[in-house]
Amino acid sequence: MRAQFVLSEIGVGLRRNLTMTFAVIVSVALSLALFGGSLLMSDQVNTMKGYWYDKVNVSIFLCNKSDAESDPNCAKGAVTDDQKKQIKADLDKMDVVQKVTYESQDDAYKHYKEQFGDSPLASSLTPDQMQESYRIKLKDPEKYQVIATAFDGRDGVQSVQDQKGILDNLFGLLNGMNWAARAVMALMLVVALMLIVNTVRVSAFSRRRETGIMRLVGASGFYIQAPFIMEAAVAGLIGGTVACGFLVIARYFIIDHGLDLSHKLNLINFIGWDAVLTKLPLILATSLLMPALAAFFALRKYLKV
Amino acid sequence: MIRFDNVSKVYPKQTRPALRDVSLEVEKGEFVFLVGSSGSGKSTFLRLILREERCSHGQVHVLGKDLARLSNWKVPQMRRQLGTVFQDFRLLPNKTVAENVAFAQEVIGKSKGEIRKSVPQVLDLVGLGGKEERMPGELSGGEQQRVAIARAFVNRPKLLIADEPTGNLDPQTSVGIMKLLDRINRTGTTVVMATHDQNIVDQMRKRVIELEKGRLVRDQARGVYGYQH
Repeated sequence: MRAQFVLSEIGVGLRRNLTMTFAVIVSVALSLALFGGSLLMSDQVNTMKGYWYDKVNVSIFLCNKSDAESDPNCAKGAVTDDQKKQIKADLDKMDVVQKVTYESQDDAYKHYKEQFGDSPLASSLTPDQMQESYRIKLKDPEKYQVIATAFDGRDGVQSVQDQKGILDNLFGLLNGMNWAARAVMALMLVVALMLIVNTVRVSAFSRRRETGIMRLVGASGFYIQAPFIMEAAVAGLIGGTVACGFLVIARYFIIDHGLDLSHKLNLINFIGWDAVLTKLPLILATSLLMPALAAFFALRKYLKV
Repeated sequence: MIRFDNVSKVYPKQTRPALRDVSLEVEKGEFVFLVGSSGSGKSTFLRLILREERCSHGQVHVLGKDLARLSNWKVPQMRRQLGTVFQDFRLLPNKTVAENVAFAQEVIGKSKGEIRKSVPQVLDLVGLGGKEERMPGELSGGEQQRVAIARAFVNRPKLLIADEPTGNLDPQTSVGIMKLLDRINRTGTTVVMATHDQNIVDQMRKRVIELEKGRLVRDQARGVYGYQH
């Protein structure tokens, strides 16, 4: 096959259908940008999960003297040494527990001072107003419920708190947004495919003279179809490149510059450039193959070979 | 070259067959007129040879191949050995005369060198030497048909199919086209031509095949158009 001939055919085809080609490029770009965005969002959520789940504990807060007066859970008085020993022994026996650390009232006071040292509240606080607690690291952060059922309501225990619960709300929200992005992406993808099929149909119709002659003089089916398929592939690839540009720009402006979230929200561990760059080949390959396949199937219907 | 054995063709959604039990043979190097009124099955006959359609019953052999058993992907190879000319010329209006002829070679992957050599040759043969760079719209009907014949013949087919090639031309121009087809026939190319042109058939005195309502009603060597029963 002579490449020059095919290339000139593609150029002619794309220009003849300029508005349709433009629509294909835009819809492919948008759907694939959303596709890449949703992939990156999943990555981001996973990165955050890994980072935060590593740090979260289940805490068993024990009753102190002031709780004994105010909190119904502590009606039986402040925690005793025997109760503490029993709790520790029970925790050590549990399979799901990876590590237990004990935080005394003095430790809690120290940590509180470190975090909120300058606030007026901190200066009026004394160590025996703080709570003793056991900080439990679980082998599987999902197994919080086992601890809660075992220790909630036990004498001397004020409450069992799972920090992960707070995070899960956040991750739930992020996941919800991610699914919404995927739904929009799927819709855009359908639009893109329909546009491609229609573009190929118009293209095949406007070139029916040429293809008719090609058939008669014995051009192979591949030779007749190739310009149409490559046309769709080229338009798709342009769209895919634009989508890649979107992602790179988005990573650059949202995380590093412009919005600069990496400095404003330094509690969050953001995905790196590697996460973005590894998505680009996938997006480019999709942008090339998906329109080519759509064109191929459209041609079976609209172009007799 | 062409052999029809008891060929019938029924189009889907139609009860009356377009061809009914047609058997005939065309030898290599023959010149055959295909006559009959509109709807008699001439076009179907030609479409079966080109394998644009497949027959419903019987067998069609072209160039020694049973077309029913020819797989789809081999059809282009078969068509490269056929040339086709139509009443409406079917030229590409945005390409020059030379480009139109070259197109038939480009799309089957002929090399540039080959195209540069054969296009002027075939344009000389059809009497259009010197008009290579003209656009089809600038040419007369007869000249346009010559371009179409050049395009059909440039790949040196063994068989030339012509579907009313003089249908849009005045009698004098038609005679010119017939002389050209005769010359092509003399190079050894088999020609099958469907026509309504009585004068031409009567003058040429070639084999005449007449179809009527899908049946073969006459097959006459050195025949005339209107056969008196």
